[in-house]
Amino acid sequence: MHPELTDNIARRNRTNGRFRYLVIAGSVITVVPIFLIVGNLAIKGYRQINLAFFTKPAPDTFQAMMAAASGEIIPGGIANGLTGSLLMVLLASFIAIPLGLMTGIFVYENGTRRYARFIRSLTEILQGVPSIILGIIAYLWVVKNITRGYSALAGSVSLAIMMLPLIIRSTEETMRMIPIAIREAAFALGTPYYKMIYKILIPVSFSGLATGVLLALSRILGETAPLMLTALGSPAVSFDVTRPVSAVPLLIWDFYNDPNMVSLVWSASLFLMFFVLSMNLLARSVASKHKYI
Amino acid sequence: MSGDRITKALLFISSLTILLLGAGIVLSLFGGAIPAFREFGLKFIVSPAWNPTTGSEEYGALSFIAGTVITSILALIICIPMAFSTSLFIAEYYNGTRTSSILRSLVDLLAGIPSIVYGFWGFYALRPLLVATGLSDQGFGVFTASLVLAIMIVPYATSLSAEIISMVPAELKEAAYSLGATRREVIFSVVIPSARSGIIASFILALGRALGETMAVTMLIGNANVIPKGLFAPGNTMASVIANQFGEASGLKLSALIAVGLLLFLITAIVNALGKLIIKRFA
Amino acid sequence: MNNTPQSENVLEIRDLFIAYEPGRYAVKDVSAHVRRNSITAIMGPSGCGKSTLLRAMNRMHELYPNIETKGDILLDGQSIFSMSVIELRRKVGMVFQRPNPFPNMTIYENVVAGFSLNDIRLKKSQRDDIVENALRNVALWDEVKESLYRKGTFLSGGQQQRLCVARAIAFNPEVLLLDEPTSALDPIATSKIEDLLGELKKKYTLVLVTHNMSQAARISDDSMFMYLGELVESGHTNTLFTTPKDPRTEAYLTGKFG
Repeated sequence: MHPELTDNIARRNRTNGRFRYLVIAGSVITVVPIFLIVGNLAIKGYRQINLAFFTKPAPDTFQAMMAAASGEIIPGGIANGLTGSLLMVLLASFIAIPLGLMTGIFVYENGTRRYARFIRSLTEILQGVPSIILGIIAYLWVVKNITRGYSALAGSVSLAIMMLPLIIRSTEETMRMIPIAIREAAFALGTPYYKMIYKILIPVSFSGLATGVLLALSRILGETAPLMLTALGSPAVSFDVTRPVSAVPLLIWDFYNDPNMVSLVWSASLFLMFFVLSMNLLARSVASKHKYI
Repeated sequence: MSGDRITKALLFISSLTILLLGAGIVLSLFGGAIPAFREFGLKFIVSPAWNPTTGSEEYGALSFIAGTVITSILALIICIPMAFSTSLFIAEYYNGTRTSSILRSLVDLLAGIPSIVYGFWGFYALRPLLVATGLSDQGFGVFTASLVLAIMIVPYATSLSAEIISMVPAELKEAAYSLGATRREVIFSVVIPSARSGIIASFILALGRALGETMAVTMLIGNANVIPKGLFAPGNTMASVIANQFGEASGLKLSALIAVGLLLFLITAIVNALGKLIIKRFA
Repeated sequence: MNNTPQSENVLEIRDLFIAYEPGRYAVKDVSAHVRRNSITAIMGPSGCGKSTLLRAMNRMHELYPNIETKGDILLDGQSIFSMSVIELRRKVGMVFQRPNPFPNMTIYENVVAGFSLNDIRLKKSQRDDIVENALRNVALWDEVKESLYRKGTFLSGGQQQRLCVARAIAFNPEVLLLDEPTSALDPIATSKIEDLLGELKKKYTLVLVTHNMSQAARISDDSMFMYLGELVESGHTNTLFTTPKDPRTEAYLTGKFG
């Protein structure tokens, strides 16, 4: 054995051990915020969560002030936000899911051609566009030219543009995991191209596609910035797509800007976080069940 | 075979809408920004002035570019040690164990929390802490925003780095172990050299996310339309000035805000493209 | 070489159990020994635990999480589990199934990688000597002396594998473990490696995992046959191949399974 080795073993083992502790410490610091955030929101937010929280629209600032002054919980809830979020997310899904699926299949089917590769790169660029810019775009396109005013439709368009690249990429990636042999088997049986897509590609990759859609939904549910520029917010429950509507994250922003409503922000944030995270977990559990051959 | 032709045409048309969407975004931003650039020329980019008073209107994006770059870089600096150790924990030290998958899910959860919740939490929980340290009077400013931004981008950098670290061939690591290297030595002499470009790319992509983050930053940076004078001084980022002022803007100011948006779009597109390019080279 | 008298057995394996998961043993109650300056072949069908046994000899098996080890392995009478892993792996080197030169290092750097990884600084002249010696020992010197500063990955598979052997012997270990070192190579490269092993046993003790029976018969002095984690039979290769005692050994040698 080399003579110089013996004296450095102890030192090297020490450095090795120290580095390991450093790695563990860094990892602990990384996950501490999640416990702090969840804990903080749960402790301060649970009191306002009751039936009225889901069925009543947001109170006005005067009601909130009176309640706070007499030490009661603030009346009202987030019903206008819930319905607004639901309306816009449904509308956005209606636009983005079919378009995203078809484009994803197109890119997968033509993956080697220059045009398809270009579409794929464009999708990657779109995915990186900050959401606030999509708010500007929906403002310029819809608010100024179609609904002539802030509207649920404008909010949906901004959310749909956000969802699109997510769905296109997940569709393509999911389908690429399908063994070529399965496609070839379908063609060997004389299956026409479109039937191969409807009867083989989509059913085989269904849970992967569902995961992609759920993850995209969990992304847009918490989005605030583009909605500030498009849907604006509304104190009442509304289902008119040409009129302003509220959304849960928009309500949080409104509550945050009103010192009388602080306790409602905690509850609304708790609810939003809980909802988005459960959607996220659902997506992941669907993904973990999804395996090929 | 008309079913085939219809299907193929449908798929092609939907891909065209993406093309139109991409072109439309760029053209609309350019179109909306034209009045501002016609009025101020390239001075718009290098001037820190932001004066909406009618009659003496003057707009420049420099304060916001500075605010965006400073907060994002600072967030990246804070994020690097956290993401680096977490990715080593997941993909190297505890790779394949339950502990690793629990940590991975926790990091994923961190990515799932909405931006506005981060902002609100930073406002009520983190800001008082900073005030208590005496470093800042009100707790608003570049540092607070960067700290929360760092927590927000850690999951992106971590999951990508971890994926790349776990792709380093086991055979190479085993060769180094069999020569008597310690784990730390294997990490620094084999794992990092093989995964270097991928790890760098994951941090570049995390930076891309930080540049465009809006709500949390808007709630914490203090919203002062000046170049930040220090780490604890208030400022404004490109995204946060749009979020704050777009609603009441019209005319030249609206155009100036769209121009800020255009610049933000270009910066994030360049940073993201760079990250993706490095990743593609790596794979 | 060493002047102090040494026992004939370099390695002594005593009642060794290894489990990757609690209760599921990859190696079950194995006791055996490895003679100095010999080639010992470990054979058996895939999944029989032969690689795990080999890896345990320089504790590479500990790289897997949750591994459980019972029993002992002695190197020159000292338990390897009481030694520093670093020290052990310097004494017991390893060559892997697929050639794995470090892609970020030149041929020269690959040969002295053991020194640089172990933080041992050498003079340029010392390093030059080590590189030339090691490469000559694996009969690679003449082929690569003009391209020492190129990356090791441009070499052919057989050359890469010899480079990996050079890297392992540069530090002058006592024992060299080889985990199916020729399974990724063509027949010509394989026979070169086999010749090389015959040379190397003059200086080192070699332990070789192989599922190629004719290779074991050709080059090994002693053989071990493993089946389902157990050591079924061990002894001189000639004896084991001609007059196997256990019916399972006989079945394997006649191609009934594996």
